[in-house]
Amino acid sequence: MPMKIAKATFATLTILFLVAPLIAILPLAFTSSVILTYPIPSWSLRWFEELFFADAWRRAIVNSLIIGTGTTLLATVLGTAASLGLRNRLILFRGTVRTLFLLPMVVPAVVLGVGMQVLLARFGLTNSYLGVIIAHTVVAVPFVVVSVTGALAGIDERVELAAQSLGASPPTVFRRITLPLAMPGVLSGAVLAFATSLDEVVLTLFVAGPNQRTLARQMFSSIRENISPAIAAAAFLFIVATVAIGLVVVLSRSMLAKSR
Amino acid sequence: MSAASSRTGRSLLLLAPLLVFLVGFFVWPLFSMMSQAVSDPAVLRLLPRSAEVLRDWDRASPPTIPMQAALMEDLRAVDDDQALGDMVRRLNSARSGFRTLMGKTTSALADTDNPPADLVSIDKRWEKPEFWLAIADALSPYTDRNLLAALDLGRNAAGSIEHLPPDQSVNRVILVRTFWIAALVTFACACIGYPYAIIAASLSGWKRDLMLGAVLLPLWTSLLVRTAAWFILLQEQGLINDLLRGIGLIDAPLALIFNRTGVIIAMTHVLLPFMVLPIYSVLITIPKNLMPAAASLGAHPLRAFLRVLLPLSLRGVASGSLLVFISAIGYYITPALIGGPGDQMISSIIAFYATGSANWGMAGALGVVLLVATLLLYSVYARLSSDEPGRR
Repeated sequence: MPMKIAKATFATLTILFLVAPLIAILPLAFTSSVILTYPIPSWSLRWFEELFFADAWRRAIVNSLIIGTGTTLLATVLGTAASLGLRNRLILFRGTVRTLFLLPMVVPAVVLGVGMQVLLARFGLTNSYLGVIIAHTVVAVPFVVVSVTGALAGIDERVELAAQSLGASPPTVFRRITLPLAMPGVLSGAVLAFATSLDEVVLTLFVAGPNQRTLARQMFSSIRENISPAIAAAAFLFIVATVAIGLVVVLSRSMLAKSR
Repeated sequence: MSAASSRTGRSLLLLAPLLVFLVGFFVWPLFSMMSQAVSDPAVLRLLPRSAEVLRDWDRASPPTIPMQAALMEDLRAVDDDQALGDMVRRLNSARSGFRTLMGKTTSALADTDNPPADLVSIDKRWEKPEFWLAIADALSPYTDRNLLAALDLGRNAAGSIEHLPPDQSVNRVILVRTFWIAALVTFACACIGYPYAIIAASLSGWKRDLMLGAVLLPLWTSLLVRTAAWFILLQEQGLINDLLRGIGLIDAPLALIFNRTGVIIAMTHVLLPFMVLPIYSVLITIPKNLMPAAASLGAHPLRAFLRVLLPLSLRGVASGSLLVFISAIGYYITPALIGGPGDQMISSIIAFYATGSANWGMAGALGVVLLVATLLLYSVYARLSSDEPGRR
């Protein structure tokens, strides 16, 4: 019995350690004070106003959306195509190619950032949206590959063979069978790519100019230089978006499970 | 056969775009970073004619007339003062005395009214092969100077490798600190994550979902949000200090931020999911009846754990630890925001060399050290996790 209580206490404390910081920051988004401490003197929406109407924050949000959308499109198209190609077991060096596709997740961001800055400068792509989108795509694409590869592995190849034997051409099989079945994986890959771009700071520090400041980059310098409750408001939006994205991923997973 | 080969062709066509993209924007940047670390064109760029003549020199005999003429011509052609300064600094570090020698030589060469016949007439030192040897060595476009300096090593006058004096030995301190912080974070994650995963795997229903959800929520939350949250909690007027003062444990606020304690706490929070999830995925494959079986055979719970559960789950602990350690050594954001100047890790130093002082050679060299360490550890991790299906 004491063992059981000890276990329950340990589990509760660890859950508290994991979740409490995220909850603690939420109410501060609605503070009327200029400093980020409890107790909250009175409630106000002024920091959300700051977030949406102050020039620096508004531009950062718009930039994040532009770069996030570009990254999502590029990473999803490249990653989905590559995952389809990886299905073929006859490809030489299949394992090596797969490892290469996943490696951007492993390499430290600062190392990639240094190399990326040197290279993009050579192409004249520093301080451009395209440069930031390319950099974000490199680190976002592994998530698409993992997600789509997983979805494709779940497809029963006999369904495709059946369609083929009934006279469907390869493009038709792809459009009518493979793609719909893989769609939940593609969608959750796209969501993960967008989330990766939204949260990416280090590469952005190296390749983005002042005109491409993203929301995450703005939060980074705001914590570093003059921390204000606008951070908490941004964090509030992030956490709400995370829960929404989490629901989308969970729903698409259960859709995938149901469609099998 | 033709159907199979056309299928292979199609697959290659699908793979090609991402392959080209990653070779261009992932592999190439890493290579250009590495080449920054070893490239050293400062001298070769300014002395192309001397490079040609010095190739035929036997590296011992006194300088010949063509060698002196080539160097004089090269030095006369230099019109970029900054490049000249770079070259002189480079040569002076190989052989002291070059700074005064070059100053004297360039001003003598600039005197067009009575041009010097040769270099030796400007300064007797040009007769000595040592100075020419330094130039000949510096003409190579590659150098190991940055890579050695990244490990606090350097070459002495004789060319053999030795430790740099302590006042120049900062990198090793930072490397040791990086690995030490990463080890502490890994240890903390293992101490919390292993029991947590065991408890979660032993439960079922909503309790298990709650425990896993508590791990997944932070994993999905933006890293900056989590760091900002810890910033708010740990600050002097933060919730933790308020709480501890409220229950009377402390009188004065504890220093929790801008020091090592804060960095360890925040990084443990950020990386804990990477420890729990691999261990959990190994634990759920272990048959549930093993521990009761051990107990029914009379084993004390501790003994049953040590002899049954621990060996079976060790693989999960090892992959979790490697994953946490690999992520931790490359961390930049959390130490930069929560740590003090004494808690900066290798990534911060790389960022400082790259953006702060534009010393791309040193940034590249330290980047190579971090990259090699990461890839080595990752190959161990990949082997560990790819063995898994075979064992089951």
